[in-house]
Amino acid sequence: MRKPDKPILSRDPWQQLKRFTRARIALGRAGSSLPTRELLDFTLSHAMARDAVHLALNETALAQELEEQGFSTQLVHSKAFDRMSYLLRPDYGRQLNEQSRRQLQAIKPVIPSGAVNLVIVVGDGLSSLAIERHAKPLLIEIKKNIPEQWKLGPVVIASQARVALADEIGELLAADIVAILIGERPGLRSPDSLSIYITYAPRVGCSDADRNCISNICSEGLSYVTAAKKLLWLAKEAIRRKLSGVALKDEGGLQEIAVIDQHRKLL
Amino acid sequence: MVYRFSIGAFRYQFNGLKDLLAKASPARSGDCLAGVAAETYAERVAARMCLAEVPLTRFLEELLIPYEEDEVTRLIIDTHDKQAFSEISHLTVGDFRDWLLIDSTDFVILKRVAAGITPEMAAAVCKLMRNQDLILVAKKCQVITAFRDTIGLPGRLSVRLQPNHPTDDVRGIAASILDGLLYGSGDAVIGINPSSDSLLAMRDLYYLVDEIIQRYDIPTQSCILTHVTNQIQLIEKNIPVDLVFQSIAGTEKANKHFGIDLSLLHEARSAALSLNRGTVGNNVMYFETGQGSALSADANFGIDQQTCEARAYAVARHFSPLLTNTVVGFIGPEYLYDGKQLIRAGLEDHLCGKLLGVPLGCDVCYTNHAEIDQDDVDTLMTLLAAAGVTFIMGVPGADDIMLNYQSTSFHDALYLRKVMGLGVAPEFEQWLKRVNIMNDQGEIQPVEPAHPLLQGIPEHLLTFKTPNEKA
Repeated sequence: MRKPDKPILSRDPWQQLKRFTRARIALGRAGSSLPTRELLDFTLSHAMARDAVHLALNETALAQELEEQGFSTQLVHSKAFDRMSYLLRPDYGRQLNEQSRRQLQAIKPVIPSGAVNLVIVVGDGLSSLAIERHAKPLLIEIKKNIPEQWKLGPVVIASQARVALADEIGELLAADIVAILIGERPGLRSPDSLSIYITYAPRVGCSDADRNCISNICSEGLSYVTAAKKLLWLAKEAIRRKLSGVALKDEGGLQEIAVIDQHRKLL
Repeated sequence: MVYRFSIGAFRYQFNGLKDLLAKASPARSGDCLAGVAAETYAERVAARMCLAEVPLTRFLEELLIPYEEDEVTRLIIDTHDKQAFSEISHLTVGDFRDWLLIDSTDFVILKRVAAGITPEMAAAVCKLMRNQDLILVAKKCQVITAFRDTIGLPGRLSVRLQPNHPTDDVRGIAASILDGLLYGSGDAVIGINPSSDSLLAMRDLYYLVDEIIQRYDIPTQSCILTHVTNQIQLIEKNIPVDLVFQSIAGTEKANKHFGIDLSLLHEARSAALSLNRGTVGNNVMYFETGQGSALSADANFGIDQQTCEARAYAVARHFSPLLTNTVVGFIGPEYLYDGKQLIRAGLEDHLCGKLLGVPLGCDVCYTNHAEIDQDDVDTLMTLLAAAGVTFIMGVPGADDIMLNYQSTSFHDALYLRKVMGLGVAPEFEQWLKRVNIMNDQGEIQPVEPAHPLLQGIPEHLLTFKTPNEKA
């Protein structure tokens, strides 16, 4: 009978360092290459991130779930007609298509005098998975904590959306504050991370410097409770000081509220 | 000036050198987004045929951005070396390609004429080249720099060890650094992208890397990739700063978007030199660039993205960097859509940098919304290694958990060294052999649990409590 073989590969003797980081360290080597198990693990993570980008958001199902929770909803679509045009033309994702624009124009929000009109947009962004998993529980948490005198407009569910699409939506619905919940660019470790971007007095042409961002909302990141708390704190401060963006962040004193930084590596 | 070209009955017209260069560029999404790309395949080739007949001297007369309006243009023109240029001044762009390819044009000659080549000339000739030309000519160039080790010698491939962590946890970063060192990476630089803007957090990271470098006597250098003004402040506080980092671009307006100008870079370089921390050389700058950065800052002035990128290398060249890194696939599919565009851009950038005399490395990378995967990374890094790329990134498992993108790994560097027969920087190689990570044949060896790098892990790294852990 054959003796059990010695394993082909040996483990790197620094496994204990793995507890300090989620980086892919101490993977071992097959010659100089990745062991099969590590190769497949990486490939699976990439596949999940790809699916997060390319699987379409089921917006009607989401709308129905939200209606069941007592939200009114409105579906809109950006000028990007499909995923490819969305990826190639960021400018399309920042504008409503004609039909959606007309639909929002037809809504005449009635705002009691003195009330704050808060509009929340839910956009697929680069991860429909993030929206599918986190949008509903996060919205419920936000709704629970909205000040009484504030008016929450319809939740606008936007397909093929980029962050700045919320400016046009907010402007059409005469929002004092618009907040967009949007799927982040998926990483290998977090294909379902969601961000919130908040803009005071939104209008077409607002820049990234006019927004505040709460990022990394996912099961291993920021909780719904904390995210909702931060959102409402920022919204109240924005109303009080009549501004949002860099100036608000500087004196905000809340940790983890990052300004928008899409090209952090290219500082 | 209007450029005209006829092919049979078809007449093509190009409105200026800028338009001609853009239309001659191989197709890529960023040039389409900017609205400057050729509209048909034939128009693209017509532009190339027309460009091939343009004399190199034309690039000194017809400036893409007016001299008065852009300090990068002024830098390019004011530092142009007429003596060096005299050797190629009689050539057209088409002749220039032939001249670069002939065997008599060797590294000595290329080095001699480098200061006579403007970025626009380099970008132009690339547009007439196939990928194999980009590789062959780059392979001939030699750009050697030094700080604590010597980078860019023939037959060597260096690695930037990139040990990022989403909360800048010093233990997490130290763990990734040790992982990289034990795989033989880190001779180009140990370079950290911090997630925080806090000077205190950065100070801790400088001390961490400095301590590792000193404790194990490693001939390499550190860098924290934060804004240059932060680094100047830390230098003023006598924090151990080796290399000064900055992202740069090819127009004054795009640089302004990064919060810099040339005088600030001068100031930063002087500050770094004042610390006098190099041992075998004093190239103290580390730059990062990438096609698309000018357009994304609305600062491309109708210039195609490859030409904008080449102009960034003119900025780099002026400050004698140790390393310059084109972060080729980071910015997204609206600039480089798929593997084909990525590979082309990586090879173009590498050649343009090398022709200008810049020590060009490449972060062969992609984000998950691009049509690119690790197979494309394999192809580009192998081609770049064939072209003699100065350095690549070493990220644990190719997965950067802070920047959320995929790059190349320590394993990838080992693969390239094995397949292409490449060594590491000589001083670093001596160190790897001294600490038994590399054997006499130049192979990476398995290490024992008792290895000094594992046994000597500074105690505070293992006991230090982060705010996260306390919670």
